[in-house]
Amino acid sequence: MATGIRDKVVILGMGCTKFGERWDTGPEQLMVEAFEEALKDAGVERKQIQAAWFGSAMDEVNVGKSAVPLSMGVRLPEIPVTRVENFCATGTEAFRGACYAVAAGVYDITLALGCEKLKDTGYGGLPGTNTGATRTAQWLPATSAPGTFAQLASAYAAKYKVPMEDLKRAMAQVSVKSHANGSINPKAHLRKKVSIEEVMAAPLIAYPLGLFDCCGVSDGSACAIVTTPEIAKAMGKKDLVSVKSLQIAVSNGAEVGYNNWDGDHFVTTAKASKRAYEEAGVRNPREEISMMEVHDCFSITELVTMEDLYISDRGGAVKDILEGFYNADGKVPCQIDGGLKCFGHPIGASGLRMLYEMYLQLQGRAGQRQLPNPRHGLTHNLGGMPYQNVCSISIVGRYGD
Amino acid sequence: MIGITAFGGYIPRLRLSRKSIVQHIGWLNPAIAGGAQGERSMCNFDEDSLTMAVAAALDCLVGQNKQGVDSLYLASTTLPFADRLNAGIVSTALNLRDDIVTADFGSTQRAGTTALIAGLQAIKSGDKKKVLVTASDKRETKAASPYEMWFGDGAASVLLSDENVIAEFKGSHTVSLDFVDHYRGSLKQYDYNWEERWIRDEGYAKIVPQAIRGLMAKLEITMADVDKLIFPCFIKREHAGIAKALGATPEKVVDNMHEVCGETGVAHPLAMLVSTLEAAKPGERIIVAGYGQGCEALYFQVTDAIQDLPPRAGIRGSLASKETTDNYMKFLKWRNLLLTEAGIRGEAPTQHPLTAMWRQRKQLLGLVGGKCRKCGTPQFPKTDICVNPECRTAHTQDDYEFATVPATVKTFTGDNLAASVNPPNIYGMVQFQGGGRLVADFTDCKLADVKVGMPVKMSFRIHAEDKERGFTGYFWRAVPIV
Repeated sequence: MATGIRDKVVILGMGCTKFGERWDTGPEQLMVEAFEEALKDAGVERKQIQAAWFGSAMDEVNVGKSAVPLSMGVRLPEIPVTRVENFCATGTEAFRGACYAVAAGVYDITLALGCEKLKDTGYGGLPGTNTGATRTAQWLPATSAPGTFAQLASAYAAKYKVPMEDLKRAMAQVSVKSHANGSINPKAHLRKKVSIEEVMAAPLIAYPLGLFDCCGVSDGSACAIVTTPEIAKAMGKKDLVSVKSLQIAVSNGAEVGYNNWDGDHFVTTAKASKRAYEEAGVRNPREEISMMEVHDCFSITELVTMEDLYISDRGGAVKDILEGFYNADGKVPCQIDGGLKCFGHPIGASGLRMLYEMYLQLQGRAGQRQLPNPRHGLTHNLGGMPYQNVCSISIVGRYGD
Repeated sequence: MIGITAFGGYIPRLRLSRKSIVQHIGWLNPAIAGGAQGERSMCNFDEDSLTMAVAAALDCLVGQNKQGVDSLYLASTTLPFADRLNAGIVSTALNLRDDIVTADFGSTQRAGTTALIAGLQAIKSGDKKKVLVTASDKRETKAASPYEMWFGDGAASVLLSDENVIAEFKGSHTVSLDFVDHYRGSLKQYDYNWEERWIRDEGYAKIVPQAIRGLMAKLEITMADVDKLIFPCFIKREHAGIAKALGATPEKVVDNMHEVCGETGVAHPLAMLVSTLEAAKPGERIIVAGYGQGCEALYFQVTDAIQDLPPRAGIRGSLASKETTDNYMKFLKWRNLLLTEAGIRGEAPTQHPLTAMWRQRKQLLGLVGGKCRKCGTPQFPKTDICVNPECRTAHTQDDYEFATVPATVKTFTGDNLAASVNPPNIYGMVQFQGGGRLVADFTDCKLADVKVGMPVKMSFRIHAEDKERGFTGYFWRAVPIV
């Protein structure tokens, strides 16, 4: 009988580059930067790593296909290296691969590294991924990421009869809070506070999303080295940060093709979060989750995700957000490192970047951002579009808790 | 009795104020001010001759059993493909049967009436039971050309049969003359025009009467036996003059639609005919003539059955449903007369995979999805396994047409980032009545008018153009009904 991942794997060490427009840094250098920090933090040598998982999403503009870029980038000694790609869940998928290999007892120490170099495209925003010869390119609209996610807002406002102006205000507060958090994080891409008025007055990108409703597009890399609790303890490690849950849910076409989804939330997130709480032994997430890093690619994504994670009630996120429930000093601080919005979003690295913050917080190493005695940290990625996507949820906490 | 059993029309919703053309570019050619009355019809950025032909044909087929259509004739001089049967695209878009005759008629402005006569002959011979004739034109002109003022975009369609005839065909007469008032070389985009005075005096004024007098002589009728006289001539004064010379009193002369639309090329005689039939009473007798390298004229008499034809938009309905613009720059941009910056984002590859398009031809051109035999769920696209989470049965889907199913807006946005020549790019999810949904482009609308829950209808449009390779891809878009 399968028993899940809870407390079978612990994080030995992590690393994360500064995210941002790293004009002077190539992907191979970004990988080395994250890898060196993780190696030092874990206190292991390169040769102790037995297998590795590499996450990169946009091979069109990035490091290219296969696991070769990682193996060459950090000079791994011909060990098994696997490249994974699953939209914005890519970084978390790399972590999942590394954890499952350790949990299966196949390896003692494994590595997960995600990297994305997005600022070599020549324009802002994410690169397009349609190659022309795909099944859907012949009929889907010419979309952008903001355009696909923006539709959550029109649907949410219609379903809950929220005036768009009020919804826009709550969405603005999502960004205001992340900017405040990011402003005190030295590794964050955007480090400037903004006001609700500034956010609401920003130029429209895709109705109703304005510029400040959209996360940045960044270069960056993040890395984790994992092992079993027994090995970590034998190495003399204390305050072990343990993996409590790793869940993925992927759309099967029901949202976009069947008739019972209103376009206002994520079916996958609602499913994955339920499974994650069960795997981690969380009964009441609103009370038991201490902190979260969710996929705030757009402010409206974060807003509706609060409901799909069962932290806010259905239709209740607007009120919670405006009351500061998710602020750094709120009940469940969200995007304490600045989030995708301000820390940045190099796609393949983002899932690992979120875990990096949870790991630092649980070890009491988050500096100015440190939360008092956090217990369960949740990370969430959402890749694709609201009507067709990949959702990943991870929960980490103290070993044995 | 053989003749017309149904008709339909389509004029694009956008109209360009002719004054705005003069205001913007009259300085370069002040003579164009002479034609600056009213407005001309103007294709949206996602419309061409083919999409208008489909729209007119759909309008014509309202209330008709389209499975009975056994021939489809498409007439135009501005079709997107020189070597790929354009009528075949229209036939697939309409989801007609595979075992029918499809043919393109072109190369002359009278191709519309030529296709009409050919269709009537096919019915008369007894070889065909239902022939759908659709004519459409979107003629390109250079900026500041007088023809830019005279021309409009549009399409018209008639269904021919020997049953339920609403306008009986009595006879036709053709005069073929290689009179070259203008020409368009086979690899050229624009017409080369000779002097208007010669076109007027030696062309229209002599050749149109020759064909119409020939028809009347052949059928032994006089202008007293004609209630409506239809022939194209973009020079308004000459149009009236020719009618007068033929003995037609002004109330018999069908307006050339200059002020409200402009001349729609090959479609024009049919558009004027459809517009006339829309208001025709039983017993009315109509002559319609097409002009170009000669002239051909047909004689019809309206029957009682016209009163039973279900309502349709037609030419008059399309003309009434309009948005007038004075944005001449938009016209220039969409007619590829203005080189603009698209940014690096606009450099995405646009090659169309012909293999995949063949496999998905019904889906892409006909908006045909599937309907599960087990649970009854309509769905798009049609797949091997039912999309209903409670069903998921394999291999149970029959073809299901979404093109004319009423739908509503489920979600939407107006995207300023996505590459578009008509920003913001408006798109969203559309929910069909009775089930099935689709993420679709929206068109013929303004962002401010779009609301969740509002009704939409589907419209066949250009989806993407591969200008480098000369390919136009089509799909269906949602038109919000404001």
